[in-house]
Amino acid sequence: MNTTTLPDAEVLYAELVRQLRAHVTRETAIVGIMTGGAWLAERLHRELGIQPALGVLDIAFYRDDFDQTGLSRNVKPSQIPFDVQARHVLLVDDVLYTGRTVRAAMNELFDYGRPSRIELAVLVDRGGRELPIAAKYCGALLEVDPAQVLVLDRKETGTFGLSLSNSHRERRTSS
Amino acid sequence: MKLHIKNGRFIDPRSGTDTKQDVFIAAGHIVALGSAPADFKAGRVIDASGLIVAPGLVDLSVRLREPGFEYKATLETEMHAATAGGITSLACPPDTDPPLDEPGLVEMLKHRARSLNLVHVYPLGALTVQLAGKRLTEMVLLQEAGCMAFSQADAPLADTQVLWRALQYASTFEFPVWLRPQDGFLAQGGVAHDGEVATRLGLAGIPASAETIAIATIVQLVRDTGARVHLQRLSTARGVELVRAAKAEGLPISCDVSAHHAHLSEMDLGYFDARCHVIPPFRSGRDRDALRQGLADGAIDALCSDHAPVDDDAKQLPFAEAEPGATGLELLLPLALKWGAELKLPLLKTLAVVTDRPARILGIPAGSLAVGEAADVCIFDADAMQRVTAETLKSQGKNTPFLGTELPGRVRYTLVGGQVVFEG
Amino acid sequence: MKNPQLNEHGELQHLLSVEGLPRDTLLHILDTADSFIGITDREVKKVPLLRGKSVFNLFFENSTRTRTTFEIAAKRLSADVINLNINTSSTTKGETLLDTVDNLSAMHADMFIVRHASSGAPYLIAQHVASHLHVINAGDGRHAHPTQGLLDIYTIRHYKRDLSALSVAVVGDVLHSRVARSLIHALTTLGVPDVRVIGPKTLLPAGVEKLGVKVFHDMNHGLAGCDVVVMLRLQNERMNGSLLPSAQEFFKSYGLTPEKLALAKPDAIVMHPGPMNRGVEIDSAVADGPHSVILPQVTFGIAVRMAVMSILAGN
Repeated sequence: MNTTTLPDAEVLYAELVRQLRAHVTRETAIVGIMTGGAWLAERLHRELGIQPALGVLDIAFYRDDFDQTGLSRNVKPSQIPFDVQARHVLLVDDVLYTGRTVRAAMNELFDYGRPSRIELAVLVDRGGRELPIAAKYCGALLEVDPAQVLVLDRKETGTFGLSLSNSHRERRTSS
Repeated sequence: MKLHIKNGRFIDPRSGTDTKQDVFIAAGHIVALGSAPADFKAGRVIDASGLIVAPGLVDLSVRLREPGFEYKATLETEMHAATAGGITSLACPPDTDPPLDEPGLVEMLKHRARSLNLVHVYPLGALTVQLAGKRLTEMVLLQEAGCMAFSQADAPLADTQVLWRALQYASTFEFPVWLRPQDGFLAQGGVAHDGEVATRLGLAGIPASAETIAIATIVQLVRDTGARVHLQRLSTARGVELVRAAKAEGLPISCDVSAHHAHLSEMDLGYFDARCHVIPPFRSGRDRDALRQGLADGAIDALCSDHAPVDDDAKQLPFAEAEPGATGLELLLPLALKWGAELKLPLLKTLAVVTDRPARILGIPAGSLAVGEAADVCIFDADAMQRVTAETLKSQGKNTPFLGTELPGRVRYTLVGGQVVFEG
Repeated sequence: MKNPQLNEHGELQHLLSVEGLPRDTLLHILDTADSFIGITDREVKKVPLLRGKSVFNLFFENSTRTRTTFEIAAKRLSADVINLNINTSSTTKGETLLDTVDNLSAMHADMFIVRHASSGAPYLIAQHVASHLHVINAGDGRHAHPTQGLLDIYTIRHYKRDLSALSVAVVGDVLHSRVARSLIHALTTLGVPDVRVIGPKTLLPAGVEKLGVKVFHDMNHGLAGCDVVVMLRLQNERMNGSLLPSAQEFFKSYGLTPEKLALAKPDAIVMHPGPMNRGVEIDSAVADGPHSVILPQVTFGIAVRMAVMSILAGN
């Protein structure tokens, strides 16, 4: 574990909210990627006073590494409680890394309908992209050792924290 | 050739002898025990140090698959397997194709066996024509052709009137009748013991009463007719009790159990292991224990291999569709030794169930090493452990539930009529 | 003895029987099925999980209904589905079961869905195929129908939530029923405390109580206070003979009527694996009544089969 160099997640969150306020309307739909992205989306949804109900995606069925890693042990149902067709969607995740999770999420979203626009908001962009994907809204850019995993935690009070752990992920891989 | 077997542990169940002594063989017979007769010049000396010298085994149920099923096994392969198992005499049931229901077929089989000059083959004649359970065979002519007894093999004899008449007729001439007790109606469609395991695996069951009802019927008909009946391959505890009671009553009844049934139960079916598809089915652990005990206390007379070679094509099928049967010739001695060791029996007693006692049931001059007897001898290492593999089995049938397991006993020499027919 | 359903890591390689599967594995399947339920409400009713995979429906015994549910499940996972109805005549032509399987394996199958009239046939196939292949038992003889057992327990969990205080009665021809065996194992593994079987002695297998069930021969006693009633199908060929005198008499003693159902709890649910024999094991008033969850069973069945296929394909 190495948390000393990590920024305060709450500060990054405040920065993200600041960026979003200027661009997001009450009609923008917001969709979080489970699990960290969903926590973020939940708070943003409330704080930004978004009208359409909150959407969450579990991208387990859309992963491109299913053949290597198999199905996650605890898949949760995706819930998109609004009509995606012609909607402006804000996709939210905690950490942007290879871009594969976002690709999977976009694929899944399209199976619900054709959105008019998708934008991406993340708390942290740690670089290391393997796909041509970029976040429009981002709390901070961060250099992280590729051998380490950066994850978002939610405390009992509902506040966020960031932590690093060594990469021993057997059934979950790149974000 | 004269033969001298020296330094072996000599065990002869019939005379109750278990001692270190040499055996001297001449002209196919045992001529002396202990010290050599005058002028004895051995052409060959077998050093049996550390080995057991016992009578050749007598196996009461061996399917040679000839004629008719040569793709499963031939007389030649199976007789070699028998010698490798230390077996020197065997009885074969009449369910060949065609069945042994005519004197000509019996003579042909005897002739084929004699020309191979390996093991003594004693055919059982069919009790009914085509084993169809309707018309009696020409038992007198079949007996002249060489049949030792008459049997339905595994074919049902549902009509009790035919059974009654068959026992009357056979007893007229004092021919023994060998029957595998099973009520055909109760067993219909069944492939496994009607119990816990069949219920779990969804296999059609054969209730224990299929055996006990048949035994009860046979015992009553023996009481009525006086026929001498040998019951083959018991599988249930209750069946053993019925035979015990019949014997206590003084009825001329004997019985045997297969070496597989002395060790295995329904639990061994595991996940549909078709190698455990046998007839009768492996029953409960309680039944198995009663069979083992009955064999030790004499309620059951003999242990047989119930050798039934089955080709892979007929075995590699879903459990119920797979042909029943397991190879057994080369496992009879090891499984007898394992049984005896587990029940802590002296070797003298263990070997009796595969030598002296089956020889008496079959009514043949074998199973003993007395001076003057034919020199049918099995010399083996009782302590050597051997793994059962398809490669080591000489029989054409490679299917046995014991495949891959280690069993005690390794045959080193088998002698038939003073000739060494196997050396391992 | 090694459980032939599990791979060397203890993961599910094949689904052959519910018996012997850890509780955790069953819950994983049911939880995953939850996530598949919503997919049918979407614009595109499929996910790309098994894209490029070939699923062979190997039906040695005809069943359009079961085959269709597997086909739909596989297609919703984006697999290619090949249906083969292999009547036994090809085996009588000299080709053995394993020959057939070898031939199909050579066509680059990834998964076999096997239905066979002989108990244990899927085990034989599973033990024979290459290690990358997965076998799902879609019903073998009287032995097992694991996906049906799983969809049944899924249905029960959906309606009753807490399994730890339930009474479940399984009624009818348990002797010949693979559905009953699979469901009983699922119920006992997941800790349902009171599992009952009800039927005449001719239709209950020897030692059935060893499966962990209470045996009843009388509907009035057996149904009393039940939360769930599962009716089994009575096959035509068993209706007259030495097992039962007639379908009418069976209905009189064991058919589920509104009167008999009234003995169960007021909120009891009624299930049936289908196809139903109305007037033999179940009265139409019950089959179509408010307690019946027979149609939702079918819907859940697809999600459960999707869950099983995707878990297997990932292991």
